[in-house]
Order: sequence, then structure tokens, then C-alpha cells
Amino acid sequence: MTSAVVQAEALNKVFINKQKKEQVVALASLDMCVKKGELTALVGPDGAGKTTLLRLIAGLMTPTQGRLSVLDIDMYAHPQQVQNLISYMPQRFGLYEDLSVQENLDLYADLHGVPADERHSRYQRLLTMTNLADFTARPAGKLSGGMKQKLGLACTLVRSPQLLLLDEPTVGVDPLSRQELWKIILQLVEEESLTVIVSTAYLDEAARCQQVHLLHEGKILVSGSPDTLTQRAQNQCYLFTPNPEQKPRELQSALLDKSDLVVDAVPQGGRVRCVLHPNNTIEDVTKDIPYNKVEPVVPSLEDAFMMSLKEHMPLQSVSVEKLKKDHKAKPDASSPIVSVKQLVKTFGDFTAVAKTSFDVYPGEIFGLLGPNGAGKTTTFRMLCGLLPATSGVLSVAGKNLRTARADARGRIGYVSQKFALYGNLTVYENLRFFAGTYNLWGKQRKAAIERVSEQFDLASHLKDKSGELPGGYKQRLAMAASLMHQPDILFLDEPTSGADPLARRAFWRRITALSQTGTAIIITTHFMEEAEYCDKILIQDAGEKLAMGTPEEIRADLADTGGEVMSMEETFINIIAVNRRKKQERSDED
Amino acid sequence: MKTNARASGGFVSRLWALVKKETRQLLRDQSNLLIGIGLPIALIFIFGYGVTLDVKDIKLAVVTTQPSEQTEEVVSAIRLSQYFKPTIMTSFQQAEKALRARDVEAIAVFDDSFAADLAAGQADVQLIVLGSDATRASSIRTYFSSLIGTWAQKQADRHNVSTAGKGVTVIPRIWFNDANTSTWFIVPGLIVLIMTLVGTFLTALVMAREWERGTLEALFVTPVRPTEIILAKIIPYFFVGIIGLVLCVLASTFLFHVPIHGSFFILVVGSVIYMLVALAIGLLISAKTRNQFLASQMAILVSFLPAMMLSGFVFDLGNLPTAVKLIGLLLPATYFIELLRTVFLAGNFWPIILKDLALLTLYAVVLLGLARMLTKKTLD
Repeated sequence: MTSAVVQAEALNKVFINKQKKEQVVALASLDMCVKKGELTALVGPDGAGKTTLLRLIAGLMTPTQGRLSVLDIDMYAHPQQVQNLISYMPQRFGLYEDLSVQENLDLYADLHGVPADERHSRYQRLLTMTNLADFTARPAGKLSGGMKQKLGLACTLVRSPQLLLLDEPTVGVDPLSRQELWKIILQLVEEESLTVIVSTAYLDEAARCQQVHLLHEGKILVSGSPDTLTQRAQNQCYLFTPNPEQKPRELQSALLDKSDLVVDAVPQGGRVRCVLHPNNTIEDVTKDIPYNKVEPVVPSLEDAFMMSLKEHMPLQSVSVEKLKKDHKAKPDASSPIVSVKQLVKTFGDFTAVAKTSFDVYPGEIFGLLGPNGAGKTTTFRMLCGLLPATSGVLSVAGKNLRTARADARGRIGYVSQKFALYGNLTVYENLRFFAGTYNLWGKQRKAAIERVSEQFDLASHLKDKSGELPGGYKQRLAMAASLMHQPDILFLDEPTSGADPLARRAFWRRITALSQTGTAIIITTHFMEEAEYCDKILIQDAGEKLAMGTPEEIRADLADTGGEVMSMEETFINIIAVNRRKKQERSDED
Repeated sequence: MKTNARASGGFVSRLWALVKKETRQLLRDQSNLLIGIGLPIALIFIFGYGVTLDVKDIKLAVVTTQPSEQTEEVVSAIRLSQYFKPTIMTSFQQAEKALRARDVEAIAVFDDSFAADLAAGQADVQLIVLGSDATRASSIRTYFSSLIGTWAQKQADRHNVSTAGKGVTVIPRIWFNDANTSTWFIVPGLIVLIMTLVGTFLTALVMAREWERGTLEALFVTPVRPTEIILAKIIPYFFVGIIGLVLCVLASTFLFHVPIHGSFFILVVGSVIYMLVALAIGLLISAKTRNQFLASQMAILVSFLPAMMLSGFVFDLGNLPTAVKLIGLLLPATYFIELLRTVFLAGNFWPIILKDLALLTLYAVVLLGLARMLTKKTLD
């Protein structure tokens, strides 16, 4: 037996789109080798072929061409033999929602033939690790998002598999649950020397693995250990400190505009992290932009990832200029456009939102952060007038949401978490329809459609069916539709969930440009580093407001970090953990 | 390999695990129980109490052994009615032969003394109706009685005779359905509808739900075999179907007093086989559509509606245009209805019972085989 658990040679997978009679190449002549006992990460932009590759390894699909053997078993001939030995956690782990936590575990233990005497200790261990021991009788459908994901992982791990496949196990999961999930994975990898292949959109997760494969258009662009990969960005990474009056994201935009010199720029802890193209010096970049200070930094895997991708991808031109101009008169920036005072929402005995107050001014980006079940979605729905508040004052664009809901709604745009447009209509038909719902007709409608399709680079896709657009385009279309009537406020519910770093960069460029026109933006996200783009953030947990302010202010509240600047994610986890501890102590005293 | 041996030897324990899971889901989801138990009860009441059917162009043999002025008048009155197409026959034997050959649906007998009796103030007409289609038979009886009643009334008026104590009484007899209630005819058909609904509709829905919710993706990458997945779906829903059958049989016996002339055993065997056919169709639909909405539409369109309209449940297949009749003859429900009506109303008539059982078994084997072939552990 060789030490290779997965061996793929010139692997091809082609799908046939029946309607268009087109061939879609998902994997193109891919070679890969996964060694026993290794933790391997698959990263890459959306549609790179990560899920297809995992499904081929799991025997859920047959390759079109090429060789694939798993655990020295040929996948063409004996997929069932492989399935007896491995465990696979799909992106959407289908828990049986009517069954309890224990019944879900039992089902998988029975199917895998786990002997009764081994079960007890295995269950105990899994339930302790996942903190689900107190919930064994609860139906899986009534668990929070993070808990469901942990139960899914527990179900895949009812016995120690010879190969574990995880497809984006942490997508849509809050940072706290994400940390816990990884703790479980790493612990089992160590104790049982599991071989694991995990696909992920988070590069900090990939950095924890021994091998990383960067996929793009069905091929592996680069692979290696995180350290060797990171080396590629050596001496190319810098940290800019903005001038006192300068917003970090303004400095970021200035840097990104130099797309021939700069690979990537992201706000980080009140400063801007910048990756240069190889062969460029920092002097080339700094000569004509305002900034306070610049210093070299140690590269991260994400920096290297961006560099490798940019080498192989044509630059995604994000034409923010069109977004900035051509907008109606700027609203008065001195008075708040959204004003929330003592907002409360209860469902029976359950308090979903407890006494929350905040103001959002025109042109501000306001971030709502919190773990799953924190009350973000409820707050959101009340602001959009989709859910009546139990008590408190809610005014949007100067209109009280209680008395003038329809008026207030005319001033807002809303992009939901799921794609909520009509998949079998074309882009143009969708835009036309939404223009109608905002009461735009005739010339006005034509102008609005022209404007948004130009702003979001949709002009060349107007005749395509919306449901068949790639992920990034779908989101752009959703945003275009919601901005048709030039609203004062745009609501975005987890717009970047599951999106790859490139798509997220492009998204935030548009959002920051939009905010410069005076549109207020209220957004929820699970990517804590995205909070850096926000002017103000509100952190909630269990309906309570825990912290509010600019990212710097929130970091400063936790000043006991010994000088080291904390990442937004660490800050967030800290705030939630401290608060939960306090609550625990209080209830212990009672 | 040790693990491998364990995995392939675990057929029973894996199947048991899946059946447990399926049963729990079934019991916890109210909508399943509503379709499986609530709907059959509603159907029994709706069809048992609420459905009557209109008839026209009744082929009637009129037997007048001794023609008279009065009988001539009655016959022309019958001829003028839009409901009847009378044929005059001179002997009862001839009429009986025509009835058995289904050339006529009813026989009206005006006996020798009709004219004399009528003059005396009280005449009888015997009406014999083919009872295999109870609703039709019942309508024929009602129409005929009212037609004769009206005629007698007019006759009395014309002759300026007081109607008191005078008139014509129709004495009906229904052959092949002793009590002639349409419920007797409909209830056996209802069993077919309910078993189709539970078997096809419910199964198509629950299997498609698994595709839709992505629960199968994780399930596939385990030692589980497609046969086990299919069997686990069949077993619990089979029992729900049997509950539907029991409800119908109970209702037919205690509410509608339908007799079971034939063997109860044959009734059970036929139902079990038909249940498997219905389940197989449900599994086939969901394997192809993988979408709850589509699956439910398909299930209604290809099984429930045809079972109701084209199997002879409502309309006699003999009266349908050839093309539609052919579709009806392709439906397994047609044979199950035929089997049930034979067992309930006619008794153990073996040629029909054996033919229907054989056809249903063939359907069950072929459809289950197809369902097994189409359920593959693949997302391609």
C-alpha cells in the first residue's frame, strides 16, 4: 500500500447544460495527491471546482476522464467500497430536521455499522466536543445554524474514517462557532491521525493545514505547505497608516486604483494592508498618494493567494466611477437617516432584541455583527418594515415606521441573504419588473435600467437567464435591482456569505463607492475583517447590545492586549466570550 | 478487509435504521399524517355521501307481450323522452339475452293484463335494471318511475277520470347489485384512489424532499445501498396504505353496508400488490424530478387523476373513445378497480380475479425494478 490516500491523474469532469447544449468544464486535467495523515485544504474562487472534486472523491459523481483512486481503490469500479471507508460532510449537511440530535447520530452510527460497545464512548466524546450534550433530545431543525453544523460534523465522525472530506464546513457560521468547529477537527486529526481534505473560503483556515491547493477553473494553480506558499509574497507586503483625517477605506481605494502596481489592499485594524505586484517597489506606489506612514509586514497566506490568482485571472475591473456619479442630490449629512431608540422585539417569552438604540447618518456604512441567533436578522427585518417592533421608536428617512411604513419603504433598498430574484427571467426582465414595483415607468424606467446595468457591469448580460448567472453576477443583479429607485438606505443581509476573497473585494469596492454618494448602508456579515470597512459597528449577542462604535473604538475598549493590534475577529470573539462569562456568573449568583 | 465485511453484512441493521428514521419522520410531520389518514377519511365521506351521476340515452328494452292502445301510448311517451332509447321486444327471453349481452341496460315489462289493470285503476310495470353501475342504475330507475308517473297522470286527466286510487306502479328489480346503492359501487373504487394517493403521492413527496433538502448527499457516502434506501421508503408507507385500506373496508362494511361477496383474502392480496405498484410509481417520479413541487404535480397527473377519471371509477371504460380507453387500459388502477368490484359485488369470479392479479403483479415487478435502477448513489 502506498502512502497516497487520494491519487488523481489528468482528472476531467464535464457537465452538459441540457438547455443550452453547452459543455461546462468543472475539472480540467487535474493532478493531485493526498498523503496519509495529512490535512489538506482546497481553496479557490467560486466555481473553481472544489465541490466537484470532493464529490468525485466521495464517489457521488463519475469522472469524465482521467484516473482517480482513493485508498488504492479505483473510483470507477468500486465507489461503494470507498464509501464504506470514508466520511463526507457536504456543504449543506442534510440533517433530518424532524429527528432529534441523538436520533440523527444513531442513524449514522447504524449505517456505518458502529458496534454498540464503541458507541457510548464515541457519542460522549463527540457530544462534549460539540457542546451538544444538553440538547440530545432536541429536534435538529430547532438548533441554531452553528449547532446544526456541529451536529453535521458529529454525524460524519460517528466512527473514525480513513478519509474525511469536508466541503466548506464553516460557511454561514459565526466566528465563535467557526473556532469551535476547527478545534474539533484539529483535535481529531491529532488524536486519530485522520486524513482530511477540506474546502474553504477562509484562508486563515487553510493556513492551519499541511497542504494547500489553490484551484482555479478546474485546475490546480499552486500547491504546497502554507509556509512555502506564503513565501511567494515575501517582501511584497506593506502596512499603510492613513493620515488622521483620512478614512482607511479611502486610502485603500487610492491604492486599489493603481491596479497595475497593487495586487490587493484591505483595511486592517485602522490601517491598510497592501500587496504589490512582483518587481514593483514601494516607492512606485507611494509617490503620489497621501498617507501617514508605511512599513513592511510579514505576508499572510491570503496575500499569496491574491498574488497567484491575479497572475491567472484577467483583472476584474470594478468601475466605481459610474457608481459615484449620476446620483441624485446628496442628503443632508448632519441628521441621521435611520434612528432607532429603545427598540424591543419579543416573540412570546423570548426576547429577540432588547432595548437597542443607534443612529445611522447618510453616507455611513453601519455593520451589524453577532453570532448566530444574536438578533441581527430580527433587527434587520424591523428596520425594513417587514416585522413590527414590540416597542421603541424606529424612524427611517424621517418617517416613523409605525405610522408611515409604505413611505419609509420607498426610501430603502433591500438585498436578502438568498437570491430573491426570478431565476427563469432574464436580467433585463428582472430589472424591468423591479422598476415597476418601485413605480418607475416609461422613460424613467428605461433610464433607471440603463443606469444600474452600467453601474454594475451587467450591460453584456441583460439577455441571460438570471438563475444561470455565476454567483458574483447574481449578487450584482440583486444589488442593481434594489438600487433602481435610488434609495437613501441600502440593507444587505450577509451579502458575502460563501463568497471567495476576490468576489468580496469587488463587492466592497462597490459598497464604499456607493456610500460616497451619500447612500447609507446597513450590512450584516460573518467575516469579521469586513467590519473594518464599516464606519460604525454594533455587536449583539442574544438580543443585547454589547458594543457599538468605530472599529478602532471597539478595539480600544479591549486595550489589555499588550500593544499588539488585535484582529477584528479576535476582538469580536473576546467581546462575546467576556459577555457570556459575565452572564454565566450572574446566573450562578442567582 | 474487516471493515468491508462488516459493512456488507449489515444489510438488516442498516435497513432497520433507515426504516426507524422513516417512521419517525412520518409520525412527526403532521402533513404526512394528514395526507395518509385524514384525506382518506375525507374522501370516504365525500364520495360515499356526496356523489351522484347523471345519465342519458338509456338503452331500454320494452317487452309488450300483448300490444294494446295503452301500451302503444306508453311506448311513444318513452320514445319522446330525452333519457330513453327504447327497443320493442316481444318476449322476455329476448330482452334478457340483450341485457346479459349489455345491448340494453334495462327492461320494462308490460304484462298481458296491463290495459285491463289500468282500466281497473291499478297497473304494474316491471323494470329490470343492470346494476353493475349502481349510479346509473339508480338514475334509470328514478327517471323511469317519474316518466311513467307523469304519463299515468296525463292519461287520467285526458279521460277525465279522478286519479284517486288509480295509477301505475313501477316495480323495479336490479340485477348484479342487490341493494343498488351507488356507494356500493363507489366504495371499492375509493380504496383504489386512497391507496394511489398514499402510495404514489406521499412517497414521491418524501423522496423528493430528501433530494431537495440535500439529506441524500451525506447518506450516499455511507455503506448504505440504493436497495436499502428504496426498501426503507416502501416499508412504512406500505403500512400507511394498509391503514387506508382498513379504513375503507371498515367504512364500507359499517357505514355503507357494502357486502363482500368474494374472498376477503383475495381483497387483501390484491391490495398489497397494488400498494407496491403505487409505491413504485411514487419512487420513480421522485427519482426523476428530485423536486417536491414537480413530484407532487406529477403524482397527481400521472396517477391520482387517471386513477379517478380513466380507470372506470367514475366513467365506464366501455363508453370512452378508443384513445382514452387505451390509456385507461394501461393504468394499473383499472385492473385493481375491476378486481375490487368483482370481489365486493360479484363474488369469486376467477377468470377476472386471476387476470387482474397477474397483471398487477407484473406491474409491481417491472415498476419496482425500474425504480431500483433509477435510484443511483450519484449526483450526476
